[in-house]
Amino acid sequence: MILETGMNSDISQRLQQQIQGAFNQKTALCIVGGNSKAFYGHAVSAETLSVAEHRGVLNYEPTELVITARAGTPLNEIEKILDDNGQMLPFEPPAFTSKATIGGTIACNLSGPRRAYAGAARDFLLGCKIINGKGEILTFGGEVMKNVAGYDVSRLMAGALGTLGVLLEVSLKVLPKAEMEATQLINCSKTEALDTIHRLSMTPLPISASSFHDSVLRVRLSGAEKAVGAAMNSIGGDSMDNAGQYWHELKEQRLDFFNTDKPLWRISLASDIDSIGLPADFENDDCLYEWGGALRWLKSHAPADTIQGAAARLDGHATLFRGQELHSMFQPLTPGLLRIHKNLKQAFDPENILNPGKLYPEL
Amino acid sequence: MLNSEKVESMIDSAGLVDALRRIVPGDSVLCEQEDLKPYECDGLSAYRAIPLVVVLPDNTGQVQKILSLCHQYHVPVVARGAGTGLSGGALPHEKGVLLSLAKFKNIIDIDPKRRIARVQPGVRNLSISEAADQFGLYYAPDPSSQIACTIGGNVAENSGGVHCLKYGLTVHNIQQIKIITIEGEILTIGGSGLDSAGYDLLALMTGSEGMLGVIVEVTVKLLPKPERAQVLLAAFDDVVKAGEAVGNIIAAGIIPAGLEMMDRLAISAAEDFVHAGYPLDAEAILLCELDGTNEEVSEHVLKVREVLKHSGATEVRTAKDDNERLIFWKGRKAAFPAVGRLSPDYYCMDGTIPRKQLPKVLESIAALSREYDLSVANVFHAGDGNLHPLILYDANTPGELERTEEFGGKILELCIAVGGTITGEHGVGMEKINQMCVQFNSLELSQFHAVKSAFDPLGLLNPGKAVPTLHRCAEFGAMHVHKGELPFPELERF
Repeated sequence: MILETGMNSDISQRLQQQIQGAFNQKTALCIVGGNSKAFYGHAVSAETLSVAEHRGVLNYEPTELVITARAGTPLNEIEKILDDNGQMLPFEPPAFTSKATIGGTIACNLSGPRRAYAGAARDFLLGCKIINGKGEILTFGGEVMKNVAGYDVSRLMAGALGTLGVLLEVSLKVLPKAEMEATQLINCSKTEALDTIHRLSMTPLPISASSFHDSVLRVRLSGAEKAVGAAMNSIGGDSMDNAGQYWHELKEQRLDFFNTDKPLWRISLASDIDSIGLPADFENDDCLYEWGGALRWLKSHAPADTIQGAAARLDGHATLFRGQELHSMFQPLTPGLLRIHKNLKQAFDPENILNPGKLYPEL
Repeated sequence: MLNSEKVESMIDSAGLVDALRRIVPGDSVLCEQEDLKPYECDGLSAYRAIPLVVVLPDNTGQVQKILSLCHQYHVPVVARGAGTGLSGGALPHEKGVLLSLAKFKNIIDIDPKRRIARVQPGVRNLSISEAADQFGLYYAPDPSSQIACTIGGNVAENSGGVHCLKYGLTVHNIQQIKIITIEGEILTIGGSGLDSAGYDLLALMTGSEGMLGVIVEVTVKLLPKPERAQVLLAAFDDVVKAGEAVGNIIAAGIIPAGLEMMDRLAISAAEDFVHAGYPLDAEAILLCELDGTNEEVSEHVLKVREVLKHSGATEVRTAKDDNERLIFWKGRKAAFPAVGRLSPDYYCMDGTIPRKQLPKVLESIAALSREYDLSVANVFHAGDGNLHPLILYDANTPGELERTEEFGGKILELCIAVGGTITGEHGVGMEKINQMCVQFNSLELSQFHAVKSAFDPLGLLNPGKAVPTLHRCAEFGAMHVHKGELPFPELERF
């Protein structure tokens, strides 16, 4: 398909040379795309490796449900092309600023409200081209839906925050947009909200997002017009106006809830946990629920080890999403997993030059 | 020698058997030839090897001790589930332990609220859905071997099935696994939430073909059963039109639960076998399953009918009830054994291609079929581009298996050439090890080996499978010179 795209430039050679140079000199690099999510993870003080100019959509076949783009391609450019063809990135990624790139989106593996019902960024990643820490350009996966040749290195890149390789190109599965979307509002307590969303989630209703905050459960439905209409009736509650704007502001963290000076924690755990069990001083700290209860945004001054300890006891994990830098913004790993992580880091980036310390101080 | 990697054990076989018997009660350690024979191959019987010893532990502690023992004495270990794999991934190592997880067959827990099932690796795929049925839930990935294959093997191979386009592969449908490392350490990968901290080791383990660790527990996600499913059957007088119809359905904004294509030879074989009422004069048929709420299915059935007619279908049937829906599917599900009746043996390929390349690929397969004088029936997961050409041959005719393998190799290389892959869902195993040299260059293969070493530096887990050594590729490359260029020019030839 011929594309009317924005800027198109290939700087892979330049990036490769810079990485090879850094490898030879053993100097660290800080990978930067659109710099929209620099707050996420630990700061890296090192020479900048700027990927933003490596941009352009390389292949998009709506009927193949696949798009391939250079990592520096702006996320909004990709979303526009898909939207023009009635399609979307199903994981509804947050951009945070208009500069966000598709490479940064995958490197952070952040997904929006649809995640619990459609899948995460990593689920839609079909393949990628990377430069590892030795300056080698490598391609894994591809542009087809089913591909089990070799280890799934592509998905390993999702959420690795650039510590295993610099993304050059990514191929993503895309899906058609739903014919219709509608959101129902139900006023209820937290316990009632969790019960309701679990009851609904055990039925085949076309739910595509859910949230609970301030005594309001919101349930978004997506699908064929008649199916959404029938589901609205079966769920009950009130129909929400401007729902599209609400879900956008939730995804982009522009709701009033996110306007805070307190540290913002992202807690991922089993959806039916009623309380994460923080000490009495913090148990009433403000919390917004997403993903049917499986994701919780918590504004709290509780100490990091208290929150991460509580998450660990529930077999979940807690990330300091926004707030003052800590020793470990991400949930500490068990010794066995940390050993494997270190070995993998060594396997991809033996001189430890790619975003050192960005994910964990040890990596 | 089948296993290309040589491992020097530091214990003799009698010592190994004694040590294993101290870990696992006597009758679960097999070392007599007649007891070992049933384990000589998996679902791909063209490759066979007798292991030194078979061990069947029944708890995690035993698996830890077995792996720790093998690690200590540098003994190769091949893990095995139900042995239904089609790529020789569970082919034993002649000097190693075959670790069967057949006794790990308990469903530990089903949590309907969290919509998960925690199961042992030897639990059969279908039995998870059967157990979840009482809650209106099911486990989505449904490889055609689902009545026999086990979930541990599904994770190891990242198994698919006919509903992948809409519901994903194994990697999309699991939440947590417990593995034992080659050192005997237990690791929990994934968590109770939808994601976990650190690298995505769950994805890395899925489809790693027993090369990185041994899976001892899997937590799968369960989905609510769709309210309704409906199937349409469309006939075409031209496979190209059938392929275009698939693209047109997707362009209409519909993601079918299943979208399968069969060519003329596959249709007639299936019809002879199960009498599904398939149109025998068609060059291709499409089966399109739509599922969801009652309203959604009704709306989409109408749309898809229109699309199929506009795409040139000579006939479109909608299953009038669930019974007819199952009959439509029966032919497709029985396609492999049906083709098996046409010939003493058949060889199932598993490439994936961008769907638009289908006409070109089918044409090339037909040309190769003439060249090698071997018939091919094509069965195609059309929605996701996964092609299963079935090459008909007779293993008792001298040279025919070799000709078949060479033909199969050509098909896989064709899949790579059009932008696809050598394996969509069956795995590389032993079977496609040479074609890995075509799909990946030496730097990429070296990166795979480095990943392997991060888990198993001694190379004891399933040696010689999944990722070829660079030396093997150099030897293979010498036989396959493309456009006068030798692959792996940096390597010595021997």
